[in-house]
Amino acid sequence: MDSTQRTIQLLLKPGQHDGEGQRVAEAAQRHLGLSTGRVQSTALYTVRYPVSDEQLRDFATHCLQDPVLHDVALDEFRHGSEYKSYILVAKLPGVTDDEGISAQNALGDFLNQPLDTHTQHIFSKRLYFLEHELPESSLRRLAEDLLGNKMINRFEVGPIAQIRDYTPRPGGGAESITDTVPLVGLSDEELVKLSKDNLYALNLEEMRVVRDHYTSIAARRQAAGLPQDPTDCELEIIAQTWSEHCKHKEFSAVIKYRDADTGEEFEVDSLFKTYIKNATSEVDRQLRANGNDWLIKVFSDNAGAVRINPESLFVWKVETHNSPSAIDPYGGAITGILGNNRDPLATGIGGARLLFNTNVLCFGNPEFSGTLLSNQLHPRRIFEGVRKGIEDGGNKSGVPTVNGAIVFDDRYAGKPLVYCGTGAVMPMQLAGLDSWEKKIDAQDRIIMAGGRVGKDGIHGATFSSIELDETSPATAVQIGSPITQKLAMDFLILAARRGLIKCSTDNGAGGLSSSIGELATISGGAVVELEKVPLKYPGLRPWEIFVSESQERFSLAVEPSKMAELMALGQEMEVELTDIGYFTSDGSLDVRFDGESVARIDMEFLHNGVPRKVLEAEWTKPTAQEPALPTDLDYTDVLSRLLGSLNICSRESVIRQYDHEVKGRTIIKPLMGATGQAPQDAAVVRFNFESWEGVAVSNGILPRFGDIDAYDMSAGAFDEAVRQIVAVGGKLPNLSYGDGNFWSVNDNFCVPDSVYDPTTNPDGKHKLAKLVRMCQALRDATAAYCIPLTSGKDSMKNDFKADGVKISVPPTVLYSMTAKIEDVRRTITSDFKQADDVVYLLGETYDELGGSEFYQLFGELGANVPKVRFEEAKALYTLMGQANDNGLIQSCHDLSDGGLAVALAEATFGHGFGADVELPATGLGLAAQLFSESHSRFVATVAPEDVVAFEQHFGARATRLGVVTQDSQLTVRHNGQTVISASAAALRHEWTNGPVNRIIGFGQHEAAQVS
Amino acid sequence: MNEKPLFPDLNSPPMPQRDETGPAQTNADGTVTVLGYKSIDGGHESTEPLGHVSAETAAEQPVRALILTGFGINCEEEFAAAYKLAGAEPTIVHLNQVLHGHISIHDYDILNFPGGFSFGDDLGSGVVLANKLRYRKNAEGRTLLDDIKEFIANGKFVMGICNGFQVLVKLGLLPNLSGNVTPEVTLTHNASGRYEDRWVRLKVNPKSNSPFLKGIDSMEVPVRHGEGRLIIKGEETLAQIEARALNCLAYTDFDGSPTDVYPHNPNGADLNCAGLTDITGQVFGLMPHPEAFLSLYNHPDWARRKRQNPGLSEEGDGLRLFRNIVEHVQSQRQTAATPQEARQFSS
Repeated sequence: MDSTQRTIQLLLKPGQHDGEGQRVAEAAQRHLGLSTGRVQSTALYTVRYPVSDEQLRDFATHCLQDPVLHDVALDEFRHGSEYKSYILVAKLPGVTDDEGISAQNALGDFLNQPLDTHTQHIFSKRLYFLEHELPESSLRRLAEDLLGNKMINRFEVGPIAQIRDYTPRPGGGAESITDTVPLVGLSDEELVKLSKDNLYALNLEEMRVVRDHYTSIAARRQAAGLPQDPTDCELEIIAQTWSEHCKHKEFSAVIKYRDADTGEEFEVDSLFKTYIKNATSEVDRQLRANGNDWLIKVFSDNAGAVRINPESLFVWKVETHNSPSAIDPYGGAITGILGNNRDPLATGIGGARLLFNTNVLCFGNPEFSGTLLSNQLHPRRIFEGVRKGIEDGGNKSGVPTVNGAIVFDDRYAGKPLVYCGTGAVMPMQLAGLDSWEKKIDAQDRIIMAGGRVGKDGIHGATFSSIELDETSPATAVQIGSPITQKLAMDFLILAARRGLIKCSTDNGAGGLSSSIGELATISGGAVVELEKVPLKYPGLRPWEIFVSESQERFSLAVEPSKMAELMALGQEMEVELTDIGYFTSDGSLDVRFDGESVARIDMEFLHNGVPRKVLEAEWTKPTAQEPALPTDLDYTDVLSRLLGSLNICSRESVIRQYDHEVKGRTIIKPLMGATGQAPQDAAVVRFNFESWEGVAVSNGILPRFGDIDAYDMSAGAFDEAVRQIVAVGGKLPNLSYGDGNFWSVNDNFCVPDSVYDPTTNPDGKHKLAKLVRMCQALRDATAAYCIPLTSGKDSMKNDFKADGVKISVPPTVLYSMTAKIEDVRRTITSDFKQADDVVYLLGETYDELGGSEFYQLFGELGANVPKVRFEEAKALYTLMGQANDNGLIQSCHDLSDGGLAVALAEATFGHGFGADVELPATGLGLAAQLFSESHSRFVATVAPEDVVAFEQHFGARATRLGVVTQDSQLTVRHNGQTVISASAAALRHEWTNGPVNRIIGFGQHEAAQVS
Repeated sequence: MNEKPLFPDLNSPPMPQRDETGPAQTNADGTVTVLGYKSIDGGHESTEPLGHVSAETAAEQPVRALILTGFGINCEEEFAAAYKLAGAEPTIVHLNQVLHGHISIHDYDILNFPGGFSFGDDLGSGVVLANKLRYRKNAEGRTLLDDIKEFIANGKFVMGICNGFQVLVKLGLLPNLSGNVTPEVTLTHNASGRYEDRWVRLKVNPKSNSPFLKGIDSMEVPVRHGEGRLIIKGEETLAQIEARALNCLAYTDFDGSPTDVYPHNPNGADLNCAGLTDITGQVFGLMPHPEAFLSLYNHPDWARRKRQNPGLSEEGDGLRLFRNIVEHVQSQRQTAATPQEARQFSS
């Protein structure tokens, strides 16, 4: 321990309940079978800043200690005599340490000294004492599995007599070494090896194009005094820019599609252009022809923007953060949500105000009890980590998490899917300029705002473009700091309104390389001076500084004349701003370190030089058949089991840990009703406190239908999201001239590796065919409903490979929809409102049990996958909009997982009303009537006095089912027989005590204090 | 100039921008104009002069509420909306504007600490902010706590919600039995060990003397916290808090009786206590969020209640607190013979 390093330890006072210690002991027993005895948790702060003994003591007792709860120990590791082992959990160098920084903030205040918080002087750690003497291997396992993650934490463990401390060494300068990478003259094998060794994630053809480019410009480079071969930084920039993550090469590829069943063949000239961009252009044409010109910015910025009213824009973006979440679930998810927040924040000029978050998560079965592959985390651990990441990312940013979904399927056990969505509101004009435009001129300064740069997240962009294996790199993990971002966000909002910034973009995947590389296309070039970039710790090489994905950073373009004012504002708001260069128009990206060239790349080659891929797709319809199930099923029992099944059961324990109502604008929350336990279809958030205008938010995702047909899966997911918004009272767009009823939809594809390779990916053509069919359905759906896509994302390599085994996600698409709500007071919730209201089924049920949760109960898939009948659906949704205008509907719940029976049950959860229902005599089997997941249907209730008007309005589209009852019984009859009879309380019990709430646990009070 | 919106909000579009951009400007007669970091109307900076009370008599002045933000505070917008709806004039300022002396709290009637995660709350909720108020000195060598003590001594009001309540407790302003502003109780991790967002019912202690709670028996409000469990050190402190009715709010069950049963009592607080006042009743803090229940449509059961009673008021329970304090300040002024002397702006 060097002389200037001091230690403060906080221990709970005797008699204070050590909840954390108790949880660790219990989890060690439950998950690892380790008996620890009692565990004592303590907090350590290592102070590496000159303070006197008195200052240290006073700082500890006045600032860190809670006098009611804590004892303080200085420069010692105090523990009870009964403890035999210890575990120290410290952070690796450069890992976000918000707690240490907070303590440092407090020290600065306490000493009344300007203690720069950007250089770390205080390091927070946890020190645990265990009653039992455990071998180091067990202690290490406990540490790595329960107390931290070896990718971000340093653990010291052992007998209590020999406590070893560890403190990272931050601060300092860069290592100004730039190497050239011999490329010219390399053979194909050598090129492939080079790409793999350096994590460039470029294929042979791409490597050849780079090699040939450098060969062709050798003379020019020599004349400019540049080496013939590329520098390490240049290759990193190219690899990042050309990564699948940034360039969407597979969505831009030429695809040769063949239907093996019919022999039909065609060529797709870019999935993105054909099915997404062109489809939206067609929708926009129809909208404008009908006086609806609210589509402002699509596919060309960090997020899509539509006009709410003449003064403001709604900005919407959904991203994924799958690969990092597989390695460090907490860090991956919090970085994902904070990263996605930066997209709307940095759309156009920047400075939108965030309105809400939404998350859709896909995990393996959290009750998995088999053997894990090397470096595969248990699905439960991924679930818990991701959940915590979303909790902190949303709550600490003050952004409500208004809804979401969790989908379980064993194929997500390798790579989970973590979709993060954020909606925001931006004024149409900022300081007199159109807020959605990005303008940059040569000589504008490049300002980096926010956090500092470390090695975290190096290669994130390229890393997410390859499949994970057991050797995946540690540097690809980052941890978001919500507090750092909150400061930067507050700053950006104000700077934009004062007209101090010309435009902004976020530093996400690819770091400065990506953000400046993209902004530089506006002006036509940039000069970056890397030596000015502030670092978290020494030893970074220039290329590492340029591609690092350290979080909470924005790149701003600033007019030189606004610099002084901008810097003053940054200082006042304690946001670090660094001038790191300027934009040019000379067509090159010029990166320097201390005046020496680090990279000089032609922008044209960088952005347009990537060779186009040509891929093959081949479709064969999977052979599937309808199962023969027993005919004497007890449907009450089936319903109970469905309600308690993994994909249907209550998510309350997760939802309640997200703040879903900060900002005070959430009108329909995920759970509503007097019980606060009625699940809702879409969230509704009002924009402000002065008008009742708002936005509805929904998510459509149905991966298991894709096992039968990817087209129907994609069409169904789209319809699901539309009907959820219709259920809460949203209206389809463009129904009347100039109605201004905006919709803004994000498509988000997450698929397994779909590039055919005879040995490594033999079914690649089939997977790609599925993707093509998903895109075809998307095009058809947007056209049918006249709903535009405004932004999208694709993640193409969602495979996890280890020990010779590959776990691939099922091809998955999420449609995240938002739509304007004219008056939030007229929205509809799903729960029954009053006894004697009449219950109707809206829409038609078909014999479509294929892929249903009902079949899933019996381990069957089936063949009759639900199809979307767009014409009929659109007509029904239009009728519903009109009915809501007349206030005819009292409650409305869309039919999805579990079909009619589950929807009826869920509608009783809000208050405990029952329902007495008689299924109509149709040709359809009873199981299909109860559990078919046919699309475009709702359960709606109607006040007795409105029944005549309602039936007249809907005609044959409405089927009268029965009435809401006071008696809290759900009774369903068919042909005079009672087929379901259960109390609402019993059904709610099954649903509430399902696996999700059991695993995450309900928040009962812990055992009373030991005293 | 355009009319200000009736109700405050930060997500609505800004009015056309004005040209003033500097953080602080002094005009010819020495009046200092400070642009707020955020104003309550539509997200653009206010050009209202802050930190200066004009010559009008105080009785004609609107009730002024100062709302602090920055450094991770995140409930300032709805806090401002609450005051606006209650008829007061709220001003949101960055904490540094106050700490650096650009704005004086003495020009306001009510000082407000909103919820959020000040400085990330990594050190214990509210700790770093409380520490800053206690130790950070401005150019004159005064801490903000010095000013707050003077503010309270002048008969003015302080309110803290959630993280703001935690700040007041960690600072020792609540309950402040001793009168020397040292921490006497604490707020720590919920007994459930987790953060939770859920709606609770509160009962007002009928013996409470705080004007914030006048005439209110009970209210429904959401809690959204992980560290809201009040722990009271020592029997003596506990007895005094009860005797003086400083435990002004209690979590109750459906029948309205105070309870320690989860989830009605969401955090296991001593005395089932959700909020505290000081002895004067001028300083008031609570864990739940009244500012998140300004409209009926915030309530999870609004749709059924409205069906049952179509004439139901569109106002939420939470607004009553704000109406109370605003009316109280107004009535105080009417009874006051002479307007209070404005403290001169200094910087």
